[in-house]
Amino acid sequence: MTTDIDTTADKYLRDKYAIIGIGETTYTRGSGMTTRGLGTWAIKNAMDDAGIPASEIDGMMSYSGNDSTASPMLAGDLGIRLNFYMDVQGGGSSSEALIGLAIGAIEAGMCETVVVFRSMNGYSQVRIGGTGARASVPVGGDALHSAAYGWFSAGQNFSPTFMRHMYDYGTTPEQVAMVKVIHSEHASNNPKAYYKQRVTVEDVVNSRMICKPLHLLDCCVETDNATALIITSVDKAYDYKNTPARILGVAGRVCKPRIDMHFQHGPISTVAGYYIKDLIYRNAGLGPEDIQCTGAYDAFTFTSMLQLEDYGFCEKGEGGDYVSSGIMRLGGERPNNTSGGHLCEGYTHGMNMIIENVRQLRGEVDDYCPTDANGSKQHTFNYAEPSQGGGCRQVPDVTITQNLGWAMPGTGSSLIMRQG
Amino acid sequence: MPQGEYLGMTLTVLDLDNENLAYFQHCADHEFHLQQCVNPECGLIRYPPGTACPWCSGREFNWVPVDARGTVHSYGEVHHAIQPAFRERAPYMILLVELDTQSGVPTEHEALRVAGNLVDADGNFAKPDLVKQVGIGSRMRMVFTDVADGLAMPHWTLDEEADQPESPWRYPQEVNGV
Repeated sequence: MTTDIDTTADKYLRDKYAIIGIGETTYTRGSGMTTRGLGTWAIKNAMDDAGIPASEIDGMMSYSGNDSTASPMLAGDLGIRLNFYMDVQGGGSSSEALIGLAIGAIEAGMCETVVVFRSMNGYSQVRIGGTGARASVPVGGDALHSAAYGWFSAGQNFSPTFMRHMYDYGTTPEQVAMVKVIHSEHASNNPKAYYKQRVTVEDVVNSRMICKPLHLLDCCVETDNATALIITSVDKAYDYKNTPARILGVAGRVCKPRIDMHFQHGPISTVAGYYIKDLIYRNAGLGPEDIQCTGAYDAFTFTSMLQLEDYGFCEKGEGGDYVSSGIMRLGGERPNNTSGGHLCEGYTHGMNMIIENVRQLRGEVDDYCPTDANGSKQHTFNYAEPSQGGGCRQVPDVTITQNLGWAMPGTGSSLIMRQG
Repeated sequence: MPQGEYLGMTLTVLDLDNENLAYFQHCADHEFHLQQCVNPECGLIRYPPGTACPWCSGREFNWVPVDARGTVHSYGEVHHAIQPAFRERAPYMILLVELDTQSGVPTEHEALRVAGNLVDADGNFAKPDLVKQVGIGSRMRMVFTDVADGLAMPHWTLDEEADQPESPWRYPQEVNGV
């Protein structure tokens, strides 16, 4: 169906919208405040980043799994009068989808400038894995075919996909562990990262087994944090403080067939990226070979690998080789998750990976490198640990980035941005 | 409304949930039935229970008996359980068993892949030594665990009458002897 779409037509809005502001709280465990407090903190940081007053924001969107505070509360606290808001259900892969919908709302004349935020006490209040409040929910309907089997958390749900990839292609635990190793290297140069310690392949494969094939260190961190992005049209985007990150293409919540039980439609080791690539690269007018830096969602080590493979960054089945080759390491050909991602920096359902790529495109990654008199980073491009004289995580001369958002094997979203 | 306590969970099939009511009533009778599309140009069987045919969108169907045997297509093996009652049963397996019925239909990658836990022939959760014997390629048959009137859970046990592969595929790293 997608082959009939002429993405050179004006209606695809390529390059006409931009992210002008980014904001985040600390990534922590035990925020000591409500998601309302976290959300206003992140949005205020994004407003300060852009240099935009409350009076010039009139749209707000967010997503959550009933674990956040809705837009009207945050807008009220911050003195933002809304012409449009929408709070939706969802977790991973919502960030990119909402950016696309924000563009649609602006294009429809419903508003002019939109904040997208995600606020969560993902450690101290509602934990993703279903522990705490979510562990005692009554089981009925579709869950009779899943949760009733102790098939409940994200890792449990995804494990048959991961295992089948190992069976089909001979992917090894040691290859996949390299995702964590590389992201930990990146996190060591990130003052904000919750886990800054570099780890080895041995550390990963010798950590305790959670759910085969996932060891503890194959799984992301749970943290409390909020994150925010500000989106507006290109004709306004240059009125603010920073160089805009211009949006070349977006795809939102693209699905495999029958995602409630997607295993009926194989190969089960194929993920939604297989379908997304046909949309996003046509919309953006480029291909994976043009992408210089990726943000492949790392809820687990495996999720980065499977996505990179199905988007076409390597041949099908060669994801294990790709992630262990060094390509996605800082200094490599196409670095991935240069902030340390969900495995190390903090868990935000994908938002922090977009924020990181915006910073990469600005050339203003917030690493340990010195700042000059004008407040600009003087990047050294030495990716060793700070104690070894390194501390940099800026990719040199990066002009095009891609985010690969993941909800589950059957659903994903994507965003391609360029330097403004 | 079928409802019962099962492994620390309250399982409920709502009165309006016609498809699951019929599915689990058959399970309670220790029979495995699935929905078959009545469209003569389709006629495909589907899983899980649903309100229309994923191949032709037809809403009409019949419940038909299905041979509840197949091959493990993939699995998860949980060592760190979340739900409290599963902790004492860990490690436990979540199996995706591809039925012999309608395998590779209507396209080569499609099949009826039915979930369940690995249990022994009596329906008890598998002990660690049994867990180690099962992997991708193992031949399985269905057994039922009664929960309440009108509700039993389908599970999988090794098919004693089938030829089993010499060494089914297992995750390559066995940690702490498990």
